Amino acid sequence: MKPVASPTPDTQEWFDRIDAGELTVAHCRSCALRFLYPRMCCPDCGSRSVELLPASGRGSVASWVVNHRGPEAFAKEAPYVIALVRLEEGPLLMSNILIDDPDVVSVDLPVRAEFEQRGERRVVQFVPEVETT
Amino acid sequence: MSLRGAIAIVGAAESTRLGKIPDMSALQLHVDAALNALADAGLRPSDIDGVASAGELPNDVADYLGIVPEYLDATNVGGSSYMLHVRHAMAAIASGLCSTVLVTHGESGRSRVGMQPWAPAPQSMMGQLEVPYGPVGAPSLFPIGVRRYMAEYGMSEEQFAMVPVVQREWASRNPRAKLREPITVEGVLSSPVIADPIHLAHCCLVTDGGGALVLMSAERAKDLGAAAPPVYVLGAGESSESSVVSGLASLTSSRAIERAGSAALVQAEIAHSDVDHLMIYDAFAHVPLYGLEDLGFVGRGEAAAFVADRNTAPGGALPLNTNGGGLSYTHTGMYGMFAIQESVRQVRGTAPAQVEGVDVSVAVGVGGMFMSSGTLVLGSEATLG
Repeated sequence: MKPVASPTPDTQEWFDRIDAGELTVAHCRSCALRFLYPRMCCPDCGSRSVELLPASGRGSVASWVVNHRGPEAFAKEAPYVIALVRLEEGPLLMSNILIDDPDVVSVDLPVRAEFEQRGERRVVQFVPEVETT
Repeated sequence: MSLRGAIAIVGAAESTRLGKIPDMSALQLHVDAALNALADAGLRPSDIDGVASAGELPNDVADYLGIVPEYLDATNVGGSSYMLHVRHAMAAIASGLCSTVLVTHGESGRSRVGMQPWAPAPQSMMGQLEVPYGPVGAPSLFPIGVRRYMAEYGMSEEQFAMVPVVQREWASRNPRAKLREPITVEGVLSSPVIADPIHLAHCCLVTDGGGALVLMSAERAKDLGAAAPPVYVLGAGESSESSVVSGLASLTSSRAIERAGSAALVQAEIAHSDVDHLMIYDAFAHVPLYGLEDLGFVGRGEAAAFVADRNTAPGGALPLNTNGGGLSYTHTGMYGMFAIQESVRQVRGTAPAQVEGVDVSVAVGVGGMFMSSGTLVLGSEATLG
C-alpha cells in the first residue's frame, strides 16, 4: 500500500481533521500568520497561541515534477504529478495532481482539494478546478 | 576581530579511489581520505587534536585513528556539512579551543557498505508531508521548483541542458572524472526522463568515495613546511532553511545559499569580480543556476543564459565546477567535500583542469533540498595582502 503519515503531536489534529474530510491551516492568534506545517508556535512571532482554521481547499500549482519512475506502490501510475500547491490561505502543500494527462498541468493552474481514502486514513489530493479534458 | 585568513588548509586529499569501491566501508573511506590528507600535510594522526565529520561520527573517526581529541564537530546538515566544519574550525582554532583539525568525509553511496538504507523516518516532516505522494527521494523533490523558474524567467529546456554539457567539457579534462565523454544538448534531452523536467543527464552520479582536510592557524601553517602551499580561509558562511520543500520561502531561489554566501563574501572582503574560480554544489543541474543568482554573480533569471553563453565553460570568465561536478566527476551523497577539494587544488595550481592564475576560489555547499548551505572563500598567500 502507498504510505500514509505517522502523525506526531505537532500534526495529529491536522491529520485527524483531514481524516474527517477537512483541510486546515495553522493560524497564529497573535500576528495572524497562516502557515504549514503545523507546529506549536508561530514561525514568525514565536507566539504559542496557534490554532487550526478551515481552509477553502482552493489553491494553485506553484510548481511540479512529473515522476516517470516511482516507489513500488506508485510505479504502475507513472508518469504522475508531484506538485507544490499554493493554498488560497498562503501556505504551500505537497500533493499529487490527480489528472490523466500530466501535460495539462501549468504554473498557477487553479486546483481544489479532494480526499483520497488510503487504508484507515485519508490523504489530501488536488484536482484541476476546471475540467481539463 | 576579523578571522579573514586566520586559518589555512594545510592538507587536502580525496580517497585513493573514487567510483565503485565495494571492498571498503564508509568509515574506511573517511580514514583512507584522512590518511591521504595527513600525508599531504606531512602530519601524523597524533598531531590532530580536533575532528569534524558528517556521515560517520567524529568520535568514531578519531578512535579509529587513535586520536583522543579536544574538539569534536558532528554537524550534519547534509552535503554542505563540510563547509560548516571548516567555518567552525576557523572559530575554534582562532579562539584556542584546539590547534589542528581534521575534517573527514566518506560515503559508500553506490555500494552501500556499512551504510544505513536511505529512508526518511515516517514521523519526520518529510515522512509525513512528502512520502505519501510518491517522490523518489531527491530526484523528485530537489528540482520541484524548476518548472516555476522556467515560467518566471523563460529558461528553455535547451539552456537548462547546457549545464551538464558544459560540466562534461570540464570533466573531459579530468582523468579522475567518472564521465568524460562529451555530451550535447540533444543528448541531454534524449536521456531518460526521471522527474520531468529532469532527465538522467541533469542528475548527479552515485558513487563511493571520501575526502579530508587538515586545518591549522595561518601562523603555524607558514612554518609547517608542507609540500603544498597553505590555502587560506578568507571567509565562510552558513545558513539553513526548511527540510521539506513545501517549507521553502521561494521555489526559484534559496535563502540559505544567499545568506551563507553573503556572509562569506563580506568576511573575505572581496567583490564578485575578485573570484577567479567557483564551485557550486550540483546534485542536480538547476542548483548551480540558483547558486549563481543567490550569490549575486548574475541577476535573477540570468543564470541559464550565462551558462548557455559559455561564461562558466573552459575559457569562460567564471570557471565553474571544473572537476566536472557531481554531474560528471563524482557524487557520494554529501558532495560538499569534493567541491572544497577542487577549490584547494585550483588555488594550489594542481587541478587536472587547472584555470590560470587562481588566487580566490569560492566553494558553495548545499544540503538536503536547499535545506542548508555553507560557503567558503579560499585564497592563495597573495590574497593575504
